[in-house]
Amino acid sequence: MNYSIVLYILGFILKFEGAFLLLPALVGLIYRENEGFAYIIIAAVCFLTGFILNLKKPASRSLYTREGFVTVAFSWIVMSIFGALPFVISGDIPSYIDALFETISGFTTTGSSILTDVEVLSHAGLFWRSFTHWVGGMGVFVFIMAILPLMGGSTMNLMKAESPGPSVSKLVPRVKDTAKILYGIYIAITFCELFLLCIFGMPLFDALTTSFGTVGTGGFGIKNSSIAGYSPAIQNIVTVFMILSGVNYSVYFCLLSKRVKEAFKLEEVRWYFLIILICAGMIILNTRSLYPSLEETARHAFFQVGSIITTTGFATTDFDLWPSLSKTILVTLMFIGACAGSTGGGIKVSRVVILFKTIRKELSLVIHPREVRKIRMDSHVVEHDTLRSVNVFLAIYFVLMIVSTLLISVDELDFTSNFTAVVSAINNIGPGLELVGPTCNFSVFSAFSKFVLMFDMLAGRLELFPMMILLMPNTWKKR
Amino acid sequence: MDIIIVGCGKVGHTLVEQLSSEDHNIVVIDENPNKIQYLTEKFDVISIVGNGINHETLIDAGIETADLLIAVTGDDEKNLLCCVVAKKTGHCNTIARVRNPIYNGEIDFLKKEFGLAMIINPEQTAASEISRIFQFPAAIRVDSFAKGHVELLHFKIDAGSPLVGLKLLNLHSSFHTNVLVCTVIRGDEVIIPNGAFEFKENDIVSIASQRHNAISFFRKIGIMKTKVGNAILAGGGKISYYLARTLLQSGIRVTIIDISHDRCDHLCSLLPEATIICGDATDQDLLSQEGLENAQGFAALTGLDEENILLSLYANKVSKAKTVTKINRITFSSVINELDLGSTIYPRIITADYILKYVRSMNNSKDSNVETLYKMANGKAEALEFIIKADSEITGTPLQNLHFRPNTLICCIYRGGQVILPSGQDIIQRGDSVLVVISGYRISDILETLGD
Repeated sequence: MNYSIVLYILGFILKFEGAFLLLPALVGLIYRENEGFAYIIIAAVCFLTGFILNLKKPASRSLYTREGFVTVAFSWIVMSIFGALPFVISGDIPSYIDALFETISGFTTTGSSILTDVEVLSHAGLFWRSFTHWVGGMGVFVFIMAILPLMGGSTMNLMKAESPGPSVSKLVPRVKDTAKILYGIYIAITFCELFLLCIFGMPLFDALTTSFGTVGTGGFGIKNSSIAGYSPAIQNIVTVFMILSGVNYSVYFCLLSKRVKEAFKLEEVRWYFLIILICAGMIILNTRSLYPSLEETARHAFFQVGSIITTTGFATTDFDLWPSLSKTILVTLMFIGACAGSTGGGIKVSRVVILFKTIRKELSLVIHPREVRKIRMDSHVVEHDTLRSVNVFLAIYFVLMIVSTLLISVDELDFTSNFTAVVSAINNIGPGLELVGPTCNFSVFSAFSKFVLMFDMLAGRLELFPMMILLMPNTWKKR
Repeated sequence: MDIIIVGCGKVGHTLVEQLSSEDHNIVVIDENPNKIQYLTEKFDVISIVGNGINHETLIDAGIETADLLIAVTGDDEKNLLCCVVAKKTGHCNTIARVRNPIYNGEIDFLKKEFGLAMIINPEQTAASEISRIFQFPAAIRVDSFAKGHVELLHFKIDAGSPLVGLKLLNLHSSFHTNVLVCTVIRGDEVIIPNGAFEFKENDIVSIASQRHNAISFFRKIGIMKTKVGNAILAGGGKISYYLARTLLQSGIRVTIIDISHDRCDHLCSLLPEATIICGDATDQDLLSQEGLENAQGFAALTGLDEENILLSLYANKVSKAKTVTKINRITFSSVINELDLGSTIYPRIITADYILKYVRSMNNSKDSNVETLYKMANGKAEALEFIIKADSEITGTPLQNLHFRPNTLICCIYRGGQVILPSGQDIIQRGDSVLVVISGYRISDILETLGD
């Protein structure tokens, strides 16, 4: 382990977080809230710590996969640790563990909250909560790489650890340019939504925080009723942008570079839209009797499906009251998740597609034992290494899920709550069912369970491996 | 610039390394997924698994907007075909590696008919570099500039040399010579020395000079050797063939030792004047029989780097021959530099330098053009020759009034057949060839040598 480079990069991260923290401070200033000072203090602390860590240049600049993964995992932890401090200092969330849970939930774009009443929070606090979604959605390293020429070719190791999807591909040859394009698209989508929401009568502050939550596929609302209180038009806009944020960003890149045909040919994205349509259709049929009009039923069905499959976690209705079939569909969608290369979480549509193709291949092998068969995506053969990593991902995923459910069941809550809480944490969704349903929150859990869920959220956001690596003793051995 | 590299063997790898560090956008194409995987993990490039001749693959790689395609697969015909397809699909310049001797006489024809910007032949380039060393054995490396009128000669200061302990500013008064010391390589460091610099044992010094001045200087410091009269080449590969041909043309007797009978047969029919020995070059008896002890030149050119190193060490032990070692693959340069190998030749690096020169000159500045480029000490320093194409800040002003960046040295100005080793009063004019040595930064235009 090259500890010095890890610390050095952590220094960078803290400086950036310091800069990010100035934004809620500005919001506090605009609304003349004293809470704003907490953000200025912590921003200063971040700058100072970052400066101290950057004082000593690392002896060796070698950044191998191991260092890359550890750096990313640590950066997210450290970011959350510092990011939680202003909540405590400003008094918005007095308990540090709760504040940490809220911040990790924010950065990992989960959107699970421990607050029983969010509306009492200061504007600065609400802004920071939503802004963590936006930073965490595309990833802080992607952001840094777009700005700083960090360290040549090995930066790919950092991007690999932070980007969602079974195989990470760059859009253009340089990491830096790729990162710039990704953030360009990200910012453009955010502004589009902000603009539309404002036009349809949402107050600017609400529109801003909702856009952060949507495009980052986070899900922190600034109202206790999430999005339910807003007009149907606004709900529909949010639905569209949630679904768009769950699309693989290379689609937008293809469209931008005028390769329209290619963009519509991507198998993963086709499946993604197909799944949304089918599930929403089934839920419409199933919940038709609950709402007065078909329009309302369709609106709620699409909103909930979009919110869950993209792992955002907004809600316009309490789906915990839906019939069992609809609830089960939603839980299934929690597992599937958004497309690879988007800001969403979950197993990812492409992995699910590969898994189904693997199953078909194995079944076909029973019938024709000597058949040679390859798995293809977008008419390209999927490499054996990718297949292996998909299978291993799934194995780790389920092990982590079962162990976590076991661990938090010491709180003696009912099974559905425990299970859906873990599922929603690993998949970065937000709400679960029963006690953690869309109208409830995570404050029912004990401190220990909260730590387990925090780990799950981070593991889920960073695609399991970076966080699991931290548990391997070999990682820490000197080389 | 957007560059596509087809084939990631040794040369491809070196090119990716060099070009990606010079801020070009690189797409790599190779059929072997493992090689591709390795490259993308190591360097900031994008890669495609596929055949570089395939139209679709090339389009995937962005041939339509690329500026340059470099085909360096192991196969000459594939490289040529790839360039042709690329040329027909996009508007890029193309460079192909063609090394089979049967095409050697037709390089110009191929270049013209296929519309190639450049054809590179690493083996031939390496061979001409070795032959320059054999022509001038006092130096361990000879880089030529201004169409051969000026040379950058590298030599090592041995124990007991009169230079040891001498300060640079006393060099001219002690030896009355007309050479300019450009760089000194000491350990891993490259120094562009000033007057107070003191030479030490084991320094590798490079001087810019014309050949006759260099000869008199080397005579004065007592390391002058006449050109070699006979040479033994261990290994009968392509470099040996090209080298033997050049050496024979300048009247040097050549003995080639190769283990394969077929290869010997072939060489024998190609090179009637050379002595071809079929046998194991690592056989000490055989080497003695062929007169290694009395040989004046020895080049270890077998396919195995380790064997080459051992052969050269042995040759240096038993004879006074000028030795040249070819190293193709291995990269332990810090260890290799400490061994007494004479001159070492890295064909892949020579090739990469050659292509790099072309890429830099493609930057197409209107003031100057990169004509030649050599890298020294693992790329820590570079010697570049610029042709001054237009008047600019740098022309018409005495050098002493120009503010150059640190670690920059204007070594030589070549103007209409005349070589000027510049002093502060000299000026650069349009049409000059200017030789510049820099360390610690990179340039593609001579104006970039000027500081703020």
